[in-house]
Amino acid sequence: MDKMPRWADIILVPFINLVLAFFVAGLVVLAIGQNPFDMIYFMIKGALGSTSGIGFTLYYATNYMFAGLAVAIAFHARMFNIGGEGQAGIGGIGVTLVLLAVDWPHWTIALPAAIIGGAIFGAAWAAIPAYLQAKRGSHIVVTTIMFNFIAAALLGYLLNGILKSPLSQNAESLGFPPGAHLPTAHEVLAPLGIAFSKSAPLNISFLLALFCAWGLWMLLWRTRLGYEIRAFGHNEKAATYAGISAVRVTIIAMLISGALAGMLAINVVMGEQERLIAGFVEGAGFVGIAVALMGRSHPFGIVLAALLFGMLTQGGFELLWEMPAISKEMVLVIQALIILFTGALDNMVREPLERLFIRMRKAQS
Amino acid sequence: MDGANTAGRPETGAPAIELVGISKAFGPVQANKDISISVERGAVHGIIGENGAGKSTLMSILYGFYKADAGEIYISGQKTEIPDSQAAIAAGIGMVFQHFKLIDNFSVLENVVLGAEDGPMLKGSLVKARKTLTSLAEEYELDVDPDALIEDLSVGHQQRVEILKALYRQADILILDEPTGVLTPAEADHLFRILRNLKAEGKTIILITHKLREIMDITDTVSVMRRGEMMSTVKTSETSPEDLAERMVGRKVLLSVDKKPPTIGDTVLKIDNLRVVDDVGVERVKGISLEVRAGEILGIAGVSGNGQSQLLSVLGGYMNATGSITLNGQAIDLSGKNSDGQSRRARGIAHVPEDRQSEGLVMDFMAWENIVFGYHHDLAYQKNRLLMDNAAIRADTEAKMERFDVRPPHPRLQAKNFSGGNQQKIVLAREIERNPDLLLVGQPTRGVDIGAIEFIHQQIVELRDQGKAILLVSVELEEIMSLADRIAVMFDGHIMGERDPAKTDERDLGLLMAGVNEQQGAA
Repeated sequence: MDKMPRWADIILVPFINLVLAFFVAGLVVLAIGQNPFDMIYFMIKGALGSTSGIGFTLYYATNYMFAGLAVAIAFHARMFNIGGEGQAGIGGIGVTLVLLAVDWPHWTIALPAAIIGGAIFGAAWAAIPAYLQAKRGSHIVVTTIMFNFIAAALLGYLLNGILKSPLSQNAESLGFPPGAHLPTAHEVLAPLGIAFSKSAPLNISFLLALFCAWGLWMLLWRTRLGYEIRAFGHNEKAATYAGISAVRVTIIAMLISGALAGMLAINVVMGEQERLIAGFVEGAGFVGIAVALMGRSHPFGIVLAALLFGMLTQGGFELLWEMPAISKEMVLVIQALIILFTGALDNMVREPLERLFIRMRKAQS
Repeated sequence: MDGANTAGRPETGAPAIELVGISKAFGPVQANKDISISVERGAVHGIIGENGAGKSTLMSILYGFYKADAGEIYISGQKTEIPDSQAAIAAGIGMVFQHFKLIDNFSVLENVVLGAEDGPMLKGSLVKARKTLTSLAEEYELDVDPDALIEDLSVGHQQRVEILKALYRQADILILDEPTGVLTPAEADHLFRILRNLKAEGKTIILITHKLREIMDITDTVSVMRRGEMMSTVKTSETSPEDLAERMVGRKVLLSVDKKPPTIGDTVLKIDNLRVVDDVGVERVKGISLEVRAGEILGIAGVSGNGQSQLLSVLGGYMNATGSITLNGQAIDLSGKNSDGQSRRARGIAHVPEDRQSEGLVMDFMAWENIVFGYHHDLAYQKNRLLMDNAAIRADTEAKMERFDVRPPHPRLQAKNFSGGNQQKIVLAREIERNPDLLLVGQPTRGVDIGAIEFIHQQIVELRDQGKAILLVSVELEEIMSLADRIAVMFDGHIMGERDPAKTDERDLGLLMAGVNEQQGAA
């Protein structure tokens, strides 16, 4: 028998967490002499108050979905892939090489090719730590962290060397051919008579991320491979008893994880910047860890968590603009508090609530 | 330790321990319901009950691990609060846990003194402890070398150290939780001699066990617990094992296994000179040879940790070995790609592992996910090349749950929410229903309640009667003796000898388990 009804588990607990987080964040804002209600107002307005705001929110959410899904699949195999940042960066190289190689006639052809490029490069970057974990027992947390630094350095090296655009002063590649341009929300919605901001970078990759979430759900709960990954993640010893190969599961789960992280580059590199720029991941790979934690490693939860984090990111930028007294660091504090309450302090709310439900059930019977 | 009864504790005629109306709930589960018992000074009092009956909770309350929701504790007639184990020790209560709480790389002396030092410097305490230990050893047959390291001691000796620890802290009341679970029969006999000596000195002993024979052997009074309630307390001399079993389960129970003589066929499993080296390079199985034929149950007896687990792991396909094993005359791989669990299952070997919670089941998986565990590649469970047919699996689960009387019969319930007996039935249903040529069974009834034991034994015998070969590993001698058609005893990685269950007894097997073969001389 479950301790709580499902709706309480999925909706009530996160909601109370959020309220608590905003309450404490409000206290912090109050302490620096600002109005906490203004803070909440500007954050929400900034994230959802205009099609531009929504466009940016969903654009960030797309990144967080890819990164969160990448962390989640590894979690299910009881591995902590902290290397999403680096895998996404290397995925960007894959996307760039594919898109610069051919003068693509149309995005419908360029996109599948770019997905393959990004996924393979991301997976390859994850494959090395995966192999070291499976065969040599080197802890995946340590190796993936180190691979983030290598990836960042490699990206910087390439963008100052052979990939550098001769037309630019900056560490960036040549622009992609116009045929590789992904439709933006503005372009997709305009023929339908819906006016959407031209400036927002939201593009078709958002749908790709949603599709990946569905695909991951199917993989985990409908296929043999997903069954084996989950069995291995829950109980490694039992998995061995059942004849499930630890090496195989470890490596495959990490390859999928790396591929998902690599696809993040589709959104940023192909969808928004249309060229490769050093440091383009901008920490989204790390945010993915919090997204996966908050979404309880369930694809549906991750989509919701990614939307929330998208709102936080976009709302945070707006807050900086609207309330100059709130610094960049303060925005980080607010975001961190939300992560703290929703992820790390989850049991603080969950356990008393479970007891409450049990008591209520007892009182009824 | 001059005089076990320290000054300050009243010497009255009051019971040594009296519990009045103890209740304890964990969330919705009422682990103890209004429990009252009274144990006379100098008595050996047994507490029996099935798993989850609330015995351990009750003792944890007495030792200060849990706080009761309601009720009172009287020690020697005085109302006593026991908020933590320090208070329990101060009240004269000593506890010997099922899993010892010893520090392996400390000496016996250091373990005894630990937590009961007289001051910041150790020397004085150690000298005093050495003297006490010597006198205790003489008094109660509790002899252990005070300078030996715990890791070098046998399990039986380690248990004596636990008892010494309690006595050194001047315990008047000794609680032992399943003390014989890890002992050979000879060690258990020695333990009981110690307990009788302690009793003669006026100590009060509470013995928690599920073994009816021990209760009959040593206790003066016995309390039966069922589902958190104290069902009855009776004088041991006025009861019988059948009567106790019935009180525990709430219905009549068949204690012995009802089986026909075996119809033995061809050799199914043949093991020749099998050697197993574990992860840390220790040889655990040292060249054993065995045969199991169709229609028979070969029971492997032995104290746990003598290589039986490794034998099962090799046969089950998750440990490498050297030597040779044939199944129905054909060799099976002992290392490499075709030696994993999948290959074994494909060859018709089913395996009910020793530890269902860490091996046989994924506790967070639902029953229907567990019922295909290891067989999830089976074509019957696939919808197409990509997807599993979850609906078909659930239907299959429902049928198997009904046939094996798994309660509650809900395929969507997580394995961890079933009782031990029902978890074991899920594993058995999965393995037996595959109709294997060879069934490996490890500790089939460990932590399983008496009612389910009866059912599980019947299922195993039924499979035997269908002409299948069964290899049974159990540390419960009674189980081996009643189920097996042939008994092999393992000791230190060797087979010490084989016996016909009809022509042997516990003493003979006990000696083999301790490494002595009277028919061939010592090993």
